[in-house]
Amino acid sequence: MKNNIDLKEKLLNDFSGFEKSLNGEVNTGFHETRKDAIKAFNELGFPTRKIEEWRFTHINQLVKNSFLPAGLFENIKIPKTNLKKYLIPKLEANLVVLVNGIYDKELSDIKENISNGFIGSLKDALKSHSDELSGLIGKIADYKKDAFTALNTAFGGDGVYISLPENANLKYPVLILHLTGSDKDEIISQPRVIINAGKFSSSVVIEVSYTTGKKVSFLNSVTEIMLEENSKVTHYKIQNDSEKSFNIGTTQVIQNANSSIESYVISWGGELIRNNFNTFFKGKDSECYMNGIYLSKRNQLIDNHTLADHAVPNCYSNELYKGIIDDNAGAVFNGKILVRQDAQKTNAYQSNKNIILSEKADINSIPQLEIFADDVKCSHGATTGQLNPDELFYLRSRGIETEKAKTILLYAFLEEVIMNIKLAPLKEYLEKMLEKKLN
Amino acid sequence: MLIIKDLKAEIEGKEILKGINLEVKPGEIHAIMGPNGSGKSTLASVLAGKEGYEVTGGEVLYEGKNLLELDPEERAGEGIFLAFQYPVEIPGVSNANFMKTAINEIRKYKGLDPVKATEFLKLMKEKAKLVELNPEMISRFVNVGFSGGEKKRNEIFQLAMLDPKLSILDETDSGLDIDALRIVGDGINKIKDGKKSFVVITHYQRLLNYIVPDFVHILYNGKIIKTGGKELALELEESGYDFIKETEKNNVG
Repeated sequence: MKNNIDLKEKLLNDFSGFEKSLNGEVNTGFHETRKDAIKAFNELGFPTRKIEEWRFTHINQLVKNSFLPAGLFENIKIPKTNLKKYLIPKLEANLVVLVNGIYDKELSDIKENISNGFIGSLKDALKSHSDELSGLIGKIADYKKDAFTALNTAFGGDGVYISLPENANLKYPVLILHLTGSDKDEIISQPRVIINAGKFSSSVVIEVSYTTGKKVSFLNSVTEIMLEENSKVTHYKIQNDSEKSFNIGTTQVIQNANSSIESYVISWGGELIRNNFNTFFKGKDSECYMNGIYLSKRNQLIDNHTLADHAVPNCYSNELYKGIIDDNAGAVFNGKILVRQDAQKTNAYQSNKNIILSEKADINSIPQLEIFADDVKCSHGATTGQLNPDELFYLRSRGIETEKAKTILLYAFLEEVIMNIKLAPLKEYLEKMLEKKLN
Repeated sequence: MLIIKDLKAEIEGKEILKGINLEVKPGEIHAIMGPNGSGKSTLASVLAGKEGYEVTGGEVLYEGKNLLELDPEERAGEGIFLAFQYPVEIPGVSNANFMKTAINEIRKYKGLDPVKATEFLKLMKEKAKLVELNPEMISRFVNVGFSGGEKKRNEIFQLAMLDPKLSILDETDSGLDIDALRIVGDGINKIKDGKKSFVVITHYQRLLNYIVPDFVHILYNGKIIKTGGKELALELEESGYDFIKETEKNNVG
């Protein structure tokens, strides 16, 4: 019988095979981190529902698969001609393609050359920018506390590194395509994206995931973002994964003074999705906007956990997550605002709104406010309901057929999030996708 | 056009309409007046097909069809329009998109192709002018952040856009100042063409200064108890509803 222990044991055993596949690279400093991370994974094990952070999200369906990690399967080839369907129309971008977590040089197309900066394969950067990276990789996202981050770190080493020197403004966004899966093997892909945003730099990074194989696949990703003083990053995560796929990922942000991050997490695919978005306010006068959309259907479960950790004074965080849950699907929203003792003059707002379309659909919305400072403004609100019958009747009374009226209202419900997206081609792409998903 | 025969309806088990009889012919303007709680809004809601009302007796024929069997959207497709007493705010849907969808849905119902984008824009500009609706409001979300008067004007704008054969105005005058009242009244007067019919539901006489009715019906306690010409509204204005209530009591007694 297959159970929890199986996949854990299997991956622990796979680690030596993975080490062998690295050839000479086991002598780098990062490999020590890998070894430390596999130890951490062994100690942590896969989370069960006894752990508070996983109370509503069981991963039984995930751990019953025998996923092969990088180095232990033959990677798939994606012809360049097949790439178009994964791209965002009309969007000029620095394109990075990761096939099962491995940087694909052929498919990637980096338009901009940043002097003293870098956009490209993390594996290459670990050689060329090892000093810079040693202070970042595994230092922002703590692998000792989260089994999936530990696993990613242990088997990691490829992905994307984006390094922006002082004052650099990216002309084009970086579009990272996560293509995951194979027709032959059950694969776990474990890419890492590191964004090192120098002082006064500004950039837009879009991570889009798709499933490319018939076999069950698992994307276990980690994104680490370091915002130096006065830098600005807009980060999008768009999950288009297909039905038989798992997608678990952590985005961990550290914000130095006067920095700004705007995050969008859009989930409308996959069987099980778990997103962690955590920001740590390390320097004062910083701001963070957290936005999310989730559409959970069939037997899907989409879980979003966020944390705004206010450790210093005068920072601002504003969160808006909205979801629609249908059929037998479930969703979890867990948003924590932590205001530490020194974080006076914090402004922190949070809102989570849900529409339930079926009796069997299920949402667990858990706002958490922990405030240890006395001079702060914080608020949170969570609502769960059905479509407003008065709005529905209003539309129908104007001749709009019921199903269409429902679609319009659901679209409008999520439009509140999408309308804030400034990148026009991306906004248009998302609106079209949303329309398709709702119909 | 519209024939209501002995219509009875209840909400949550409470009978509100107790046998309404009314006939509206093409081109006619009917005013239905009555005190609060007489059933005016219930009548409007039942005609538009709002859920929550149970018709327990009688029938409603619209152009020979059984209106009560049609869904709200089908009624709109057939040319019925309800101007809401409390227009609904719909955040996330722009007025322009709302109207474009509605027009195309009604066209689909009639077996017509969708309206051309340029034609639609032209139509929208023209009709916005008719009700003196600020063009900026067209791109805004439906009724969101609109004042009471703006919401009512938006109702008449929608009416003008959808070009119905029978319009039911449910207390469109409530909450309107004198300027807004004039604009709404003028708008209706420009829309009426001798073929379109209107049922104007109101508590007060003042809207009828602008929209002159052919018939005035007094609805009281779920029944039409008196029908007359436009002078009946003036009479009512002078003597108030208490007079009617008294008469009714005496009749019953």
